[in-house]
Amino acid sequence: MAQSLNRLKESASQTAGPYVHIGCTPNFAEITGVYSEDLGASMVNDKTKGERITISGHVIDGADTPLKDALVEIWQADASGLYNSPAEMRGSADPNFTGWGRCPTDMTTGEFRFETIKPGRVPFKDGRLMAPHITFWIVARGINLGLSTRMYFEDEEAANAEDPVLARIEHRVRVPTLLAKKDGNGYTFDIHLQGEKETVFFDI
Amino acid sequence: MSGATLSNRKPETGAFYQRDLDWHPPAYTPQYKTSVLRSPQKALLSLDNTLSEITGPVFGHNILGELDNDLIHNFAKAGESAIGPRIIVHGHVLDERGRGVDGVLLEFWQANAGGRYRHRKEGYMAPLDPNFGGCGRTITDENGYYCLRTIQPGPYPWPNRANDWRPAHIHFSAFGHGFAQRLITQMYFEGDPLIWKCPIVDTIPDREAIEGLTAVLDMEATIPMDARAYKFDIVLRGRRSTLFENRREGN
Repeated sequence: MAQSLNRLKESASQTAGPYVHIGCTPNFAEITGVYSEDLGASMVNDKTKGERITISGHVIDGADTPLKDALVEIWQADASGLYNSPAEMRGSADPNFTGWGRCPTDMTTGEFRFETIKPGRVPFKDGRLMAPHITFWIVARGINLGLSTRMYFEDEEAANAEDPVLARIEHRVRVPTLLAKKDGNGYTFDIHLQGEKETVFFDI
Repeated sequence: MSGATLSNRKPETGAFYQRDLDWHPPAYTPQYKTSVLRSPQKALLSLDNTLSEITGPVFGHNILGELDNDLIHNFAKAGESAIGPRIIVHGHVLDERGRGVDGVLLEFWQANAGGRYRHRKEGYMAPLDPNFGGCGRTITDENGYYCLRTIQPGPYPWPNRANDWRPAHIHFSAFGHGFAQRLITQMYFEGDPLIWKCPIVDTIPDREAIEGLTAVLDMEATIPMDARAYKFDIVLRGRRSTLFENRREGN
């Protein structure tokens, strides 16, 4: 026998269920008076630096139907590529930008929408710059472990072409599943859980 | 939320341990019917963490209201309280190295004592409790400790197979130090026979992992003549040390 590593196992995930809003966005769920506002509802204020953008989209199941009970969270760098996080060692991020957003999909239409700014570029582990991107995390009834993916910008062709993470995708035909489409002042990013257009999900 | 750290500990910047996807429920679990059309079918793209996964927001204790972790009172009219068996749930948020994780935002939600959620889409015949909202939150202290007070939720039937019942449970969302640590899970109660009949619990392949989600009655933490206590620890992913890693400037 050898010594034990004394490691614990991560708590097993369970689905967020159909009522995730009660816990994470109670005001959206019409449970008012407990918290003054839902966390993650606003990422920017009038002093936030950077190009204002709106990101909207749907989370779509294998029968081409948008989920009306999902919760989407995003995490991104500020306009200069810094994260508003204690683990950010390269400098101080814009104090007027949280970097984190949370939005339930609309109970009727299934749409999610974030008012944010376009993120700057962040270095990969080897120092090469990654293309501007936003990390997505999706939970819902029927999703047993939260799904992680990234949204890139279709109009960042040069940066996307040298992005070390996008380069890892073997089936190039699937790369566009991670590219948000420019749509006026905003971007549209639909997430497909299954099928021909299945989004590339990440094991991070 | 602010950029300030919550403790004197130096922030850690190592990548998180690889997630054991055989320990977690797989995406496709036909006994839980909703998963069938909501489960990705292609292989995941595995990625050693970059800054985008290692970093994460901080939630300061200043966001918390006095009653945020007291579900018996946080929705109740003044002088009234929620109906049901009074319990305390407490424990530590640890990481896979066994270290307490400070500053973790925990959000929890549950049905009332009759098994009814306060939600527009909920249709179970059990009545709402006018004094129970069903949501709460807290942030772990410097040792990773948390506690909350609530009423024990009831089991309830749900549309899956013709006669499926959820065991009594409390949902937990945990926000650790890095976005890759994000986790939602459910807490069950020791001794509940419905645990072993539930298709959602059954999505977890390993019995030991299910037991790890089952809170244990903690008589020593019980308040006599007031509330029983259950102990429930939550484990988040551990992270590597960066001591001997070669890192280029900028990372």
